[in-house]
Amino acid sequence: MKFDKPATINPIDRLTVVGKGIDRIDGPLKTTGTAPYAYERHDVVPNQAYGYVLGSAIAKGRIRSFDLKAAKAAPGVIAVVTWENAGNLVKAKSKRSIAKLLAGPVIEHYHQSIALVVADTFEQARHAANLIRVEYAPEQGRFDLAAEIKNARPTGGDSGEGSTAPPVHRVGDFDKAFASAPVTLDQNYSTPDETHAMMEPHATIAAWRGDALTVWTSTQMVDWTTTDLADTLQIPKEKLRVISPYIGGGFGSKLRIRSDVLLAAVGARAAGRPVKVTLQRPLIMNNTGHRAATVQRIRIGCERDGKITAIAHDGWSGTLPGGRPETCTEQTRLLYAGPNRLITLHTAALDLPEGDSMRAPGEASGMMALEIAMDEMAEKLSMDPVLFRVANDTQVDPEKPERPFSQRHLNECLQTGAERFGWNKRNAKPGQVRDGGWLLGMGVASAFRNNLLTKSAARVRLNKRGLVTVETDMTDIGTGSYTIIAQTAAEMMGVPLDHVLVQLGDSTFPVSAGSGGQWGGNNSTAGVYAACMKLREAVAAKLGFDAADAVFEGGHVRSGDRSVPIAQAAGDSGLVAEDVIEYDPDFSKQQQQSTFGAHFVEVAVHAATGEVRVRRMLAVCSAGRILNPKAARSQVIGAMTMGVGAALMEDAVVDKRVGFFVNHDLANYEVPVHADIPHQDVIFLDNPEPRSSPMKAMGIAELGICGVAAAVANATYNATGVRVRDYPITVDKLIEGLPDIV
Amino acid sequence: MKPFTFERVRTPAEAAAAAARNPGSKFIAGGTNLLDLMKLEIEAPTHVIDVSRLTLDKIESTPDGGLRIGALVRNTELAADERVRRDYGVLSRALVAGATGQLRNMATTAGNLLQRTRCPYFYDTNMPCNKRNPGSGCSAIGGFTRPLAVIGASDSCIATHPSDMAVAMRVLDATVDTVRPDGSTRAIPIADFHRLPGDQPHLDTVLTHGELITAVTLPKPIGGAHFYHKVRDRASYAFALISVAAVVQRDGTGRVALGGVAHKPWRIEAAEAEMPRGAKAVTAILLAGAKPTEDNAFKLKLVERTLAAVLADAKGAPQ
Amino acid sequence: MQRPDELEVTRRELLVAGTATVAATIVPTLGRADVPATQPAPATAPSTESKVAFTVNGKSYQLEVDTRTTLLDALREHLHLTGSKKGCDHGQCGACTVIVGGRRVLSCLSLALMHEGDSITTIEGLGTPQNLHPMQAAFIKHDGFQCGYCTPGQICSAVAMLDEVKSGIPSHATVDLTVSPKLTDTELRERMSGNICRCGAYSNIVEAITEVAGRGK
Repeated sequence: MKFDKPATINPIDRLTVVGKGIDRIDGPLKTTGTAPYAYERHDVVPNQAYGYVLGSAIAKGRIRSFDLKAAKAAPGVIAVVTWENAGNLVKAKSKRSIAKLLAGPVIEHYHQSIALVVADTFEQARHAANLIRVEYAPEQGRFDLAAEIKNARPTGGDSGEGSTAPPVHRVGDFDKAFASAPVTLDQNYSTPDETHAMMEPHATIAAWRGDALTVWTSTQMVDWTTTDLADTLQIPKEKLRVISPYIGGGFGSKLRIRSDVLLAAVGARAAGRPVKVTLQRPLIMNNTGHRAATVQRIRIGCERDGKITAIAHDGWSGTLPGGRPETCTEQTRLLYAGPNRLITLHTAALDLPEGDSMRAPGEASGMMALEIAMDEMAEKLSMDPVLFRVANDTQVDPEKPERPFSQRHLNECLQTGAERFGWNKRNAKPGQVRDGGWLLGMGVASAFRNNLLTKSAARVRLNKRGLVTVETDMTDIGTGSYTIIAQTAAEMMGVPLDHVLVQLGDSTFPVSAGSGGQWGGNNSTAGVYAACMKLREAVAAKLGFDAADAVFEGGHVRSGDRSVPIAQAAGDSGLVAEDVIEYDPDFSKQQQQSTFGAHFVEVAVHAATGEVRVRRMLAVCSAGRILNPKAARSQVIGAMTMGVGAALMEDAVVDKRVGFFVNHDLANYEVPVHADIPHQDVIFLDNPEPRSSPMKAMGIAELGICGVAAAVANATYNATGVRVRDYPITVDKLIEGLPDIV
Repeated sequence: MKPFTFERVRTPAEAAAAAARNPGSKFIAGGTNLLDLMKLEIEAPTHVIDVSRLTLDKIESTPDGGLRIGALVRNTELAADERVRRDYGVLSRALVAGATGQLRNMATTAGNLLQRTRCPYFYDTNMPCNKRNPGSGCSAIGGFTRPLAVIGASDSCIATHPSDMAVAMRVLDATVDTVRPDGSTRAIPIADFHRLPGDQPHLDTVLTHGELITAVTLPKPIGGAHFYHKVRDRASYAFALISVAAVVQRDGTGRVALGGVAHKPWRIEAAEAEMPRGAKAVTAILLAGAKPTEDNAFKLKLVERTLAAVLADAKGAPQ
Repeated sequence: MQRPDELEVTRRELLVAGTATVAATIVPTLGRADVPATQPAPATAPSTESKVAFTVNGKSYQLEVDTRTTLLDALREHLHLTGSKKGCDHGQCGACTVIVGGRRVLSCLSLALMHEGDSITTIEGLGTPQNLHPMQAAFIKHDGFQCGYCTPGQICSAVAMLDEVKSGIPSHATVDLTVSPKLTDTELRERMSGNICRCGAYSNIVEAITEVAGRGK
């Protein structure tokens, strides 16, 4: 199905199943521990051996030699795989993963995988991996972003998830406008390296049958994994089957193949039996990707009435040569009005693990800076920060005023939120409100993330009992894909939800959008919509109805006075239909499609110690039609939680001498726990978007994180009067500015 | 994890004998730290002696009005004990400030004292570390030092002791009761139990091989208002940046010990004389001679301000 | 994969499939469930392979395991009870939480051999998709999970946590140590802090647990 004009009224608009806050259909499996994750598939193939990965002890250099004697002689060891015996492994043409997944002899980063030990048991493999002796020839690497900034060139960049930033982009004359603006702000901000810390480590079971390989793995993108793993192993894609029905969290960490899947495959080949591999937690942070640290400079020039006349955002980040930078300037192109604009994005070469997508790559980091800058500017103008944002709203692309937003309800989000949150109780003067030993403050930030359209296919079957099965390689990483796809098929085919079976995460199914870039929900359901449209046509044809006026409802198909059970159309052999939703770029780019929101946060800061604790949170989101408000709300509160982590604690600390993330486990890299997160409120402004897809939905899962950290930062400033521009906001950065204790 | 043999013992005598027979042995009870370290081969006993079934799990009153806490009393039970809550509130507070419900259900009193540092360089076996591998050097010095020691450290090691419980034990003047393989026993004052790193940072405590902690004894209650203020980046399930254990009497006198600043719970009795004069005066003595790094210098001010908050709270607290 | 005409049983089959095969090392010894946990366990002879007997979800097992095998790996890799999750294997996440003798513990930081005679409850023992435990049902109703990987640990932890409150065990959030704690939101959040949910379902999890706690009053 080509999508090249705005959607008109269609069966989804009935909203009998879609749009309802239905409990997740995978809930009974997940809450009883019976949903099978990749490493747990004892059922799929017998005789599984255990692989354990050894990571490089240096960040840059070469492996001089391995001494594998002790490891090979250890009890239970079946095989030891290194670059010397792994066979010819080729970097995937897609270049989605940057560093080699099995290094040697060159080492590109710390904890890069250099060996896999395969043994009969996990305990044997783990110990034998520790018996490998490696002689290295280390080299000096570049590990310090601050020091490398001077060498960073304007490169622009593409997150691979819809966030693109030009090297240098000018609209109007920024320098002149900024120089002549009566009120100006010029500040630097920084965000640290962050890690996904999804709860399920990367894991794979690999089994060869002859020259055909099956992997049960944990991936957000089944087709990317199939393509890139086949490429790396140099086997035909048809010889590889990838199965990933349950994924224990991703947040971008499982978009691209990592060494678990490759090493399980080569390990199984070497061992001559199926092999299961999971990356041990202390390895993950340096072995895989992360959200790269940024340094950002923001300049805003305003008239005294608060109108922005000039805005500039310069961004720097670093990654392995050939890698993707953090496109932190992207949102600044679109979020606020202003005739004179300058955007630059620079990339430094670093020998740290590669920068990778993490929930809202680009915007999450960019909004952390931009939305503090907006708060600072509002204060300079003596304007309320909500009103300052409202005053600089734009209904058109500020770079191309002839190009409107398809819809943009930022002001409504801000105003609704302000009212619901009790924003009028905020004291604009910082450091004034106390509750016992705590200082209280409120903060606001806009939320922004683009809506991405990417093609997605599905197959739908109808059987003689009126049951509908959906097959698509879409994944559910906690996003609710199973449920919203079932809702879509039930709505389209007019059958009850419990007559729909959803099968996901299998490369033998049609290729979907996958899970990333907050594109999964809208696009995968649109693909299911397309397939269901075809199935409706087949059903109508079979029953002698005109598909155009047939009504699919209550398990029946009706036209005029005639109503027939849908099952009757299936016959003994059943009916099957497959289709793909494909977006015409000429159409979809006519108007700018973005999602908007507003975050409101109240914090309490301990007046003596500077500990920041979040007391209240509210998000107001406008992101097209909400397909399932319960699941969508969960996406938003989850993103808000990760935003609190980014604001207050998450910091993958680089040892600039050795070149690695030092705090590489879940004890030392802190993410929010229950006690950090208060009750969270979410309001959806349900605004169906006919230019997005027949579903009229848009992305929501990443919108929820964009701006949160800045809202926390602004609330902390409001509480204390201490402005921290260097995330995370920890006690050491606040303590010097706190009031004396009486 | 290196292969090891395993045996379960039923009496302290059996435990001692087993340890004497096996020079590479370790006792295991809660296992929450030992097993963690064994997986990384930071600890690599060749023989593991399961002492968790010994009957050292009672909390008993002592003739002089104190409490004798069996080595195997779980952190949860100790924190919940009515006498501890009433008379040794600082201990109960410290216990529940540590770890999580699950870990406190597992961790024992003795094991808590024997926790090893959480210095990230100690945990990464690719990095030189004098505590893990004597003589190899200290990677933390010149590296990531924010969580590490500001006082009492050496050129060999700047690790901190991670226990909260031990800080409260220190302020309460506990003694650690042990039995050695030869059957002899000793009572080690908590002040002497943990070592400073010096040039032998691999030795955390004064225990010798095979020496088994049987109990921790608290002297009779000292009254006062009890506080344990732990400062950390996230609200729970995190080790202390710093912590302040304090018992404050109605007249403003009292005791104070710190966690998160040194290789052992940190207490300077002389500083306590300054308590009526306030946190600044106490801290000046308590942390005299501190040698922080740029990254952890904030701990000095944080200690002072946290203590100030505690002393302010004490003024309004019931005794 | 399932055919559509098997729809009614599909979701159930998916679950059963994971436990269909039984490792050769397991000898189920039904009838030993009544061994009192307080009875002193016998001393063991030194070996790098050892036997251990315990009950899981009311069923008795005798296992011969590597001495290094954790309780978590015994459950997941030997008994194929994969509901208990390995998120970190170092006691830093709570995904492996199981209930031993009524108390929640981290199965990754415990040797299987240390559980001789113990009675262990895992998520599989609390309820099944067809017969959910009230806590499991409440998690579904309040959407107290997303990816599902921390969920079994959250639920086991929540069930045992409510018992801890009932028996008066204090927490860091307990204001007055001398009285029995009440299950306020602050108490609940502190007590559940040993279970990390990176998807960030905390706000919903709190609502789910609160509902179950209220029902039990």
